[in-house]
Amino acid sequence: MSVDTNISVGHWPFRHLPAAEPAALVKALAKYGVTEAWVGSFEGLLHKDLAGVNARLADICRGQTGVRLVPFGSVNPRWPDWHDDVRRCAEEHRMPGIRVHPNYHGYKLTDPLFAKLLSLATERKMVVQLVVQMEDVRTQHPLIIVPPVDLKPLAGFVTKTPGLRLQILNAPIDVAGELIVPLARSGQVYFDFAMHEGVRGLGRLRDQVGPERALFGSHFPLFHWQAAALKIRETGLSDADARAIMSTNARALLPLSS
Amino acid sequence: MIWDVHSHLNAVDGRTPEEKMAGLLRYADRLGIERLCIFMGFPFLTDPKPEQLRQQNDQVLQGIGHHHDRAFGFVYCSGKYPETSVREIDRCVKNGPMVGVKLWVAHRCNGPELDPIIARATELQAPILQHTWFKVGGNLPGESTPSDLVELAKRHPDAKLICGHTGGDWPLGVRAIRASKSLATEISGSDPTTGMVEMAVRELGAERVLFGSDSGSRSFASQLAKVQDADVPDDVKKLILRDNLRRLLMPILQAKGIKA
Repeated sequence: MSVDTNISVGHWPFRHLPAAEPAALVKALAKYGVTEAWVGSFEGLLHKDLAGVNARLADICRGQTGVRLVPFGSVNPRWPDWHDDVRRCAEEHRMPGIRVHPNYHGYKLTDPLFAKLLSLATERKMVVQLVVQMEDVRTQHPLIIVPPVDLKPLAGFVTKTPGLRLQILNAPIDVAGELIVPLARSGQVYFDFAMHEGVRGLGRLRDQVGPERALFGSHFPLFHWQAAALKIRETGLSDADARAIMSTNARALLPLSS
Repeated sequence: MIWDVHSHLNAVDGRTPEEKMAGLLRYADRLGIERLCIFMGFPFLTDPKPEQLRQQNDQVLQGIGHHHDRAFGFVYCSGKYPETSVREIDRCVKNGPMVGVKLWVAHRCNGPELDPIIARATELQAPILQHTWFKVGGNLPGESTPSDLVELAKRHPDAKLICGHTGGDWPLGVRAIRASKSLATEISGSDPTTGMVEMAVRELGAERVLFGSDSGSRSFASQLAKVQDADVPDDVKKLILRDNLRRLLMPILQAKGIKA
């Protein structure tokens, strides 16, 4: 069993992707041995009709077989009536979590709306995936430059939101910095390693947060899926740590019943 | 059997060059990477003075000293100090074990100051890896773009020039160098985005594309995935992962009596 917590579906505005279509995505994931994928929608970054985005995402995930696709809806707390997007994700689409993009949606983590969003998701027992960045800011399109999310305010929210289950996606070590350790110690925060670089990048993450806080996330199809998989081999993880990172930790964060 | 054209001792655990080299090889072994081209010491110096160039090259000489079967040294040069750089090429390549030249971000590579460095490397049949980037927020003052390298290549058609990082923003980097047939390119140092190798092979031809990792600040894994996961035939992957670099290096390796 292998759970990939950082998958997206759809077309990327800036270049062709090899597995943008749902069927191609599932075919590729099955080839890699992925049994379950937590999927967000690229449309969630820039579209305003997020209710439509999330409905399509739910349909796509329901319509595929071979790999269990778990939809994570997009919510932008700066759009009117965003509370209802959360409600629809939970009640209508039975999504176990939401994926947020504060940088693409134009707010800082100090915005009171972000705290409200975390609270509402936590009340509904939803996992929140916070995406720090989608791509290297140095290579972005000159008309759409989106810097990484500043995570510094996050430590305060985590302790003030009991029951919060948060996963941070695409946080390079230099962006996450020393925040990683206190966030991990809160017992409420998990990390993927799609953007953890360096020959000891994954090993450093494991040492900093503990093997129980790291989740496999590839950022496919924007990134090559094997980049994350080969990091497991490069790091020389023990079988137990590899199993935890590839599947057990994800199952603990998101039990099958949810 | 994989050959990596872009690797560093920096950002690898260890106090000495020997410890860092051993650590780097331990990670390389896990992914089947057989040979590494090593350049620049630690910490990284973006604008090294002449004595610092020498020190950085000494660190590399020290690191590869016990690993000539696995590691090839490239001598760190700077367009700001052409005379020192030529002396370092003579010391480390002509009269030493190194087999290539590395130019980083101290001085843009399109100026005539680079000419004596490129000429001496070419005399010795040594490949020259020039760092390049197209950064949307602007390059460092001395940081070259692939277009700068194209200018240099026009003046030195016989030089074995390698476009470092394919310009980082690779769709632009590939476009910039595609008409300059003498230029090879290497894929290291950017995120493992899908489509890079496919575009490079389509636009440049498979023979011009080399595998590089930019380890230890980059993971071997993330960079290797760009090739292993690419939608190109296996024989093309073999060219990129080893044969193209081997072909570039073979004349100088043979001249030095190094078996590979």
